[in-house]
Amino acid sequence: MSNTLFDKVWDSHVVRKIEGGPDVLFIDRHMVHEVTSPVAFLGLKSRGLKVLYPERTFATADHNTPTINQHLPVADPLSANQLKALESNSKEHGISYWGLGHQKNGIVHVVGPEYGITQPGATIVCGDSHTSTHGAFGAIAFGIGTSEVEMVLTTQCIMQPKPMKMRININGKLGLGVTPKDVALFIISQLSTSGATGYFVEYAGDVFENMSMEGRMTVCNLSIEMGARGGMIAPDETTINYVKGREFSPKGEAWEKALAYYKSLKTDVDAIFDKEYTFDGSTIEPMITYGTNPGMGMGISNAIPKAGEVEGGAATFAKSLNYMGFQEGEAMMGKPVDYVFIGSCTNGRIEDFRAFASIVKGRKKADNVTAWLVPGSHIVEKQIQEEGLLDIFQQAGFTLRQPGCSACLAMNDDKIPAGKYAVSTSNRNFEGRQGPGSRTMLASPLVAAAAAVTGVVTDPRTLIQ
Amino acid sequence: MAYDKFNILRSSAVPLSIENVDTDQIIPARFLKATERVGFGDNLFRDWRYNSDDSPKSEFVLNNPIYSGKILVGGKNFGSGSSREHAAWAIYDYGFRCVVSSFFADIFKGNCLNIGVLPVQVSPEFADKIFKAIEADPKTEIEINLPEQTITILSSGERESFDISSYKKSNMINGFDDIDYLVNIKPEIQQFASSLPI
Repeated sequence: MSNTLFDKVWDSHVVRKIEGGPDVLFIDRHMVHEVTSPVAFLGLKSRGLKVLYPERTFATADHNTPTINQHLPVADPLSANQLKALESNSKEHGISYWGLGHQKNGIVHVVGPEYGITQPGATIVCGDSHTSTHGAFGAIAFGIGTSEVEMVLTTQCIMQPKPMKMRININGKLGLGVTPKDVALFIISQLSTSGATGYFVEYAGDVFENMSMEGRMTVCNLSIEMGARGGMIAPDETTINYVKGREFSPKGEAWEKALAYYKSLKTDVDAIFDKEYTFDGSTIEPMITYGTNPGMGMGISNAIPKAGEVEGGAATFAKSLNYMGFQEGEAMMGKPVDYVFIGSCTNGRIEDFRAFASIVKGRKKADNVTAWLVPGSHIVEKQIQEEGLLDIFQQAGFTLRQPGCSACLAMNDDKIPAGKYAVSTSNRNFEGRQGPGSRTMLASPLVAAAAAVTGVVTDPRTLIQ
Repeated sequence: MAYDKFNILRSSAVPLSIENVDTDQIIPARFLKATERVGFGDNLFRDWRYNSDDSPKSEFVLNNPIYSGKILVGGKNFGSGSSREHAAWAIYDYGFRCVVSSFFADIFKGNCLNIGVLPVQVSPEFADKIFKAIEADPKTEIEINLPEQTITILSSGERESFDISSYKKSNMINGFDDIDYLVNIKPEIQQFASSLPI
């Protein structure tokens, strides 16, 4: 029987199938952070349970951490308490812990791949919906709730009904200034924020084949924003070259064995998907969102659609535009921007900072813009310095902060003030996501850079030399 | 040991007809800093419920005393976004035991089932009927019958059946959770782990 990539990985991890119920799915690698894990550890304690395979779980602190002065004690007592809980829980259960100040500390979905925790064909979970990022390697990776974190800690399994399968094919040459983020925002704008709910997505076609691992991670990261549990891309030479030699990657004989497995990970030619979409990559423009969910995106040169042109209720659409302070039918270009945020598990990797630098080089930050540049990890931070990007940023009037989730969800002090407009390379433009009352426009690092130097929403293609 | 048993729930309901209610609205990230599962109900729908000076927004449905009950009726695509189980905890802690919608986001739905909040997915037409019935009479009662898998608007007798896996149904009726199940099959899991090829 013909199988999809997803079937192959899922089926080989099923410990037991329950009649009229979910599958018991074995989890190869588990990542935890400070926000969604403390109650899971408490649950273990109250039931008198232990962690079954501590070597399969990795802990890093990212959601709550400050992005300046990380050498100082964390000022907010609640955040400090959560960070302390992660440290003591990790130590008590023998779990690798990469806390604040540790050289491996960073955003969980940035450091996981960097250290080779992420492997093709693996099952990977974390109490964070953007765990879908790791699907870029041909892994089945998805976000789970805290009860499931507890399950994985104590049994290395969760119970999940097998999702339906969707394939999204995009072929063609991407235009000037069109990045993986634009491809993802385009797909979500076509499918809506719930269009892939109940599905696991495979991305296929030369647009994805030609992408770097960083780009593939950006695309898979955003799978959850159209409702999909996760998204994946078949491993190829690009994947194998990235994975090889990383700290937690298989070595020696184990690597040869793994390599044979990785090469088997592709969808059979006549495998059937429950749903399939095909788009032409050459029609995608640099994208920007105008509303309060990631499905409310458009080509940057277009006008905001009218209520009658979009799916969904008119009242919900009106509420969204009212929150943003926008009118239907008006242009996005030229709208004033107060804040620019580049970072997050979506766009906090080296390639994103290279893209940002390509626009700001030789220009100056606009006076009306506050810009937060937040690398996803210390490796990214170091690369920024070594490649000379930091000099470019500093000459243009930008400073670099320290790694963490930062303004993506504004759990730390990096909050966009009420009513202010932010062009953000993160993943969610929900009401108040980046701070109470904040107004977010999601976009690529190029669009963010164009806004940062002009102070308004600007088509980056006009600034590319 | 996991949670309250769920059998038949008869209650008035609170209507929230907005679509795409995401988990950042249900519980904003800045309220996720607790290390214990307590008090999340206070911040349920925080920014829709309170002004920045903490005074209640009178127009929001939870602040309108004519609506009450253990059932929350939401618009389409309820619970999208973050995987934070805190969203389900906040709904539970506030006093809801059931959320009704014409469409749920995946992770939220799973989280609800894992903590003893029953997500009931109905047709868009039936969701409309519920909203209209509550509009006509805010005290109108809705019956959720889990053993029979039916939802009924008691004033009109209008009824629809809903889906739930037989495994999850039995868990909810008996108050068991997945951890109980998994811990019981640990030897089988360890056997599986030792047979993994890489």
